[in-house]
Amino acid sequence: MVLGFKQETFRDDYTYCNSPREIKRFPFPFAEDRYMYSVNIEPHGKGKEGSVFEFALDIDEHYVAECIDKEITLEQDPGRYESLSHMMDAQWDFVELSMESLARDYPEHFSLKKNGLQWTWENKPLGIKDTFTFGDASTLAMDPFEYMGRQAQGDFVLLDQRDETLYADAGFVTTQADWSLAFNVGMSWKEWHGPVPRVTELGVMDRALKYLLNLQLGSPVRRLNWTMTINPRLDTSPESFPRWGSDRNTVNADNVGDRVHLRVELQSLFRLPRSNAIMFGVRCYLISLNEIATYPRWAKRLHRVLKDLHPDLIEYKGMTKFHPTVVEWLANFDDGVILELGTQPE
Amino acid sequence: MNMINIKVAAIEQVTPLVKHFTFVNKDGTALPAFSGGSHVVVSLDINGRVHRNPYSLMGSPEDTSAYHISVRKQEKSRGGSEYMHENVAVGMQFKITYPVNLFSLAKKGRKHILIAGGIGITPFMSQIADLKRTGADYELHYAFRSPEHGAFVSELEQGCGTKFHCYTDSNGERLNLDELLSQQPLGTHVYVCGPNSMVVAVLEKARNFGWPENHIHSEQFLAPPIGEPFKMQLARSNKEILVPAEMSMLEAIEAAGVEADFLCRGGVCGRCELQVLETDGALMHNDHFLTDAEKASCKKIMPCVSRAKCERLVLDI
Repeated sequence: MVLGFKQETFRDDYTYCNSPREIKRFPFPFAEDRYMYSVNIEPHGKGKEGSVFEFALDIDEHYVAECIDKEITLEQDPGRYESLSHMMDAQWDFVELSMESLARDYPEHFSLKKNGLQWTWENKPLGIKDTFTFGDASTLAMDPFEYMGRQAQGDFVLLDQRDETLYADAGFVTTQADWSLAFNVGMSWKEWHGPVPRVTELGVMDRALKYLLNLQLGSPVRRLNWTMTINPRLDTSPESFPRWGSDRNTVNADNVGDRVHLRVELQSLFRLPRSNAIMFGVRCYLISLNEIATYPRWAKRLHRVLKDLHPDLIEYKGMTKFHPTVVEWLANFDDGVILELGTQPE
Repeated sequence: MNMINIKVAAIEQVTPLVKHFTFVNKDGTALPAFSGGSHVVVSLDINGRVHRNPYSLMGSPEDTSAYHISVRKQEKSRGGSEYMHENVAVGMQFKITYPVNLFSLAKKGRKHILIAGGIGITPFMSQIADLKRTGADYELHYAFRSPEHGAFVSELEQGCGTKFHCYTDSNGERLNLDELLSQQPLGTHVYVCGPNSMVVAVLEKARNFGWPENHIHSEQFLAPPIGEPFKMQLARSNKEILVPAEMSMLEAIEAAGVEADFLCRGGVCGRCELQVLETDGALMHNDHFLTDAEKASCKKIMPCVSRAKCERLVLDI
C-alpha cells in the first residue's frame, strides 16, 4: 500500500489532524458503555486489511512527521533512549523484527536486502540507506535499537526476563503518556506498575505477568490502553511537563472539541528470539473529540464511558481538570439509544 | 498454537543410546533464531495418537538454517523416544513448536558454571555457543556413565578447551561438588541439567553454601510417569474420560477432543495449569511448577505430568 505522508506538527502550532481514512481506522477502545481494567490481552495476529492491526508494526499518514517529532524530543532530552549493557542481543532482535516486518508489509516504502550478515536497509520516506553487519554494533552510527527506534512510530521498551519477572532494561520513549523512562529503567514489573490504582487488589498485574513470562516466539499479543491529552502532543512526559501540563487549564466549552484528544495506545508484546527478552511496543494514536464526533456511535459510547468513570481513574489519567467539560460536551451527542457491543465506528 | 513444519534432514547415532536429529524448515526458509537453553516440543503421530515431547535445541542459536536435537532412548519409553529411534527417517515431516526458553542464561552473571549429567548436556550445547559469542566466563562440567556414553565429548573438548571438564563414572572419576561450589566468585550462576539425583545434589549443595536462590538454575523435563488408570470429569466440556496407565491427563484430555493450553509438557512452565473443582482421593503432583502449599491445597494440578488416585476428579475445563 502506498501511503501519503503529511507535513504536520505535534507541538507549538499543532497542525496535526486525521484524514477521514485515518479517523475510520482509529483503534477506538470501548466495546461497551463501562470501562474497568482487565487483562484485555489478545493475539496480535494479522488483523483486518487496512486496520491498525493489519501488520506487526503499523505505519500511517503521520509516519514522517512523528519521526521528526521523535528526533526533536530526543535532541532536547537524550535520556529518552537508554539501554543497559546486557541488552545488546535484544537490540539486534529489535532491528531484525522491525526491519523485516516493515520491509515485508510496506515494500513500497522500505526494503531489506541480506547478504549473509551484511544487511542493506533502505527507508525511502526518511531518505535513509545503510549497509551494516548484523550483530556488529560498530557498523552503525548509533546503537542498533536507537537506529531503528528512530524509524518506527511509537515507543519501545525491551524487557529482560529473569528471576520470574520482567525488567525494563532498555527503552526508546518519546511519545509517552506521562511516565519516565529515566525513572523506570532497570525496574521490575511490580515496581513500574506500583502507581496504577485499583489493580493490585484485582490481581490483574500478577495474572498478566504470569501470562507474559510464557509469551511465545511467533505468537505476539496486544492490548489497548487509553488516556486523554490536550492538543495532539506526543511528548507528554514528566520531563517536559512545564511545556504541556498547564494546557489542561485551557479547556472550555468553545475549544473542547478541538483541543481534547483521545489518546489510544496499541500495546504489543513480542517474544524476541536471541535474547529471550520481550519487546513492548506502545504505538500512540491521537484523535480530537471533533474527529470522534464524525461518528455519532463513538461519541455516544465515549460519553457513557467517561460519565461513569471511577474517580481514581480520572485522577490517575490526569483528567480531573477537564473531565466535566468533556462529559458535558459529549452529552450533546448522546440520545440514550442502546448501543450494541463492539468498537466499530458505525 | 503457532507451529513450524519441519523435515528431518539428517540422523546420526552418537552413542549406543543417543541419536542426533537435524531438522530444516519444510519450505526451505530459515528457522527462527533462538536463545541458548531453548527447547521445542516435537509432535509425533504414533498409531493415531499424538505424542508431544520437549527436546533442547543443541545447535548454535545463530545458525538458522537447521535445528538440532538429541534423543536418548528411554528404557521405559511411553513411545516417543522409541519411535524417534526406531521409526523416524530422513525426509519425514513433523510439526514442532516455536522455541521456548525456560533455562536461559543470566545475562548479568559474571561467571557461569554449567553442570551436565548424561543427556542433560543438550541444553548446554546452545548455551555454550551464546557464552562464547559474548565472551562470558564459564566452566562446563560433564559427567557420564562410561566412555561410550559420553556424547559430543570431542566436539566440546575442541570448542571449549580448558573450560571443559569431564568425568567418566566407569573410570572412577567424580565431580566434586563441594570443591566446585564452595569457592566461586560473587556473581557466579550455576546451571544443572541431568538425572534427578544430580539436580537435587547441586541444588542442595548450592543452597547450603549460601548461593542466592536466583543464581541457581536447573532444568529437568519430566516424562509423564506411567501410573494406574483413573477417571476424570471435564466440567466445562461436560465429558467423563479415562486416563489410561501410559497416557498423561493432558494427553487424555486432548485425545477426547478438548483443547487445552500447554507449552513445555514437562511440568516446568505452568501453562497447562487446571483448577480442581472436586476430588475424593489423592492428587499425585509430579511437576516442578506448583508451590508445596499449592500442591497441598488440592485446588490445582498440572495435567502434563501429574496424575490422581481417586474415584472422582472434576476439572474446570
